[in-house]
Amino acid sequence: MDVLLDNLDLFGPFFLRTIELFLIAAVGSLVFGTILAMLRVSPVPVFRAVGTVYVTVVRNTPLTLVFAFFVFAYPLLEIVKIDYFTAAVVSLTVYTSAFICEVVRSGINTVPVGQAEAGRALGLTFGQILGEVVLPQALRSVVPPLISTLIALLKNSTIAGGFSVAEAGAIRQYISERGDNQLVALLWVALGFIILVAVLSFVQRSLEKRWSVAR
Amino acid sequence: MTNVLFDVPGPKSRVRHRIYAVIGILVVVALIAFVVYSFAQSGQFTSQKWAWLEYSQVQSDLVNAIVATLEAFALGAVFALIFGAVFAAGRLSEHKWVRRISTFIVEFFRAIPLLILMFLFYFGLPTLGVDTSPLFAVVLGLTLYNGSVLAEVFRAGINSLPKGQSEAAYALGMRKTQVMFTVLLPQAIRAMLPTIISQLVVLLKDTALGFLVTYPELLYYARYIGSQGVFGRPIVPSTLVAAGIYIVLCLLLTALATWVEKRNRRSKKHIETTDNKAEQAMLGNAAGGGFVGGA
Repeated sequence: MDVLLDNLDLFGPFFLRTIELFLIAAVGSLVFGTILAMLRVSPVPVFRAVGTVYVTVVRNTPLTLVFAFFVFAYPLLEIVKIDYFTAAVVSLTVYTSAFICEVVRSGINTVPVGQAEAGRALGLTFGQILGEVVLPQALRSVVPPLISTLIALLKNSTIAGGFSVAEAGAIRQYISERGDNQLVALLWVALGFIILVAVLSFVQRSLEKRWSVAR
Repeated sequence: MTNVLFDVPGPKSRVRHRIYAVIGILVVVALIAFVVYSFAQSGQFTSQKWAWLEYSQVQSDLVNAIVATLEAFALGAVFALIFGAVFAAGRLSEHKWVRRISTFIVEFFRAIPLLILMFLFYFGLPTLGVDTSPLFAVVLGLTLYNGSVLAEVFRAGINSLPKGQSEAAYALGMRKTQVMFTVLLPQAIRAMLPTIISQLVVLLKDTALGFLVTYPELLYYARYIGSQGVFGRPIVPSTLVAAGIYIVLCLLLTALATWVEKRNRRSKKHIETTDNKAEQAMLGNAAGGGFVGGA
């Protein structure tokens, strides 16, 4: 308990930073992942190929390596200067989008073909069918796996701590510099994450109940 | 795709799609050209930055790094499979306390970030006077986290088996442990093999976290080579090479999963499980942790 109370100035801001990182990356990956999923079901073969290549490459690359690239290698390219926090957001978004894309795509597959056919019969375009008929239903049916992906994102955000971002994963380092017990500090961090994951699981369950589609 | 969201294009839409395709290709080519240009501009393609690949010392060190990665993967995979089987059986036990303890352990290790687990074993244990090594921390972390996920996979597999399997086994006079380990688990593992292998892909990727607890694996070596002034600090080339190696290794594992799945479908021993149920069970149970994710 002492380790937590003596270092509240660390735990508070660092966990807030984790939550901030999580929220920004979550919104980014949801948007980008959905766009990728739209590419992967589009009628234009080139778009489908682009989506497939992106997902295949990113899903088979370790997140740590994505981080290493954006933190160590990217600055050398001198395109746009980004700080460590932005680099972490970009890495997490690039990585998580590929998983969101696959979840959304599996959701699109659960929507009966008749829905799209009815849309076409009414003269809707592909974009309208996807945006107004299929995706809203698809997203509702994939809420549980979508939030599981976000839980993975939350846990993955700790890797940022290994790359000079002052978030929960980095607390241990600061504690050890202050000479406090690292084991206890890490246990507190673990507890913090258990609570955050529990909150997300709770959101998942309530959304699942409210949004489940009767078919 | 079984699901078709669009009609077979007529002449007009074919023309339109072709225009979109051209625009799409132009955008992609422009992006790639921009990236290649910035690489070239900052001198990432100079021969000096790639020369390190030609040194035999570097090559053998690179092979050693890959071996270290595979070693962590192999140990982690074996222990995680054992851990998963034991705790899946535990969660299906008829004794309430066994079930409770197993559920607690599985949910506990799925909720903690893997990196924090590795930190706990690498930086935390020494404060208790326990000797650790990076390999120990990496393997133990991989085992506990992926083992917990695998336990859920096994459980979903066992739940998806037809009830007659265990009923027949009990009718033959088998004991509970016998039913579980000689009848149910082998079939569950067979049915879930593709899912199990994709979890092993996650495990393989997670070995890269070892970099952050100074385990000398592939990414660690890529970083080391990238910081060498002799080769002009080739961090971009070395990261690209490491990425290539990781992608090839993971794709090989994925190919294995696809092959196993096809072979499974042909096999006579294959019994029709209620696949849908297994999938739903997995989606529903994914609450505690990232089934789909991993680092």
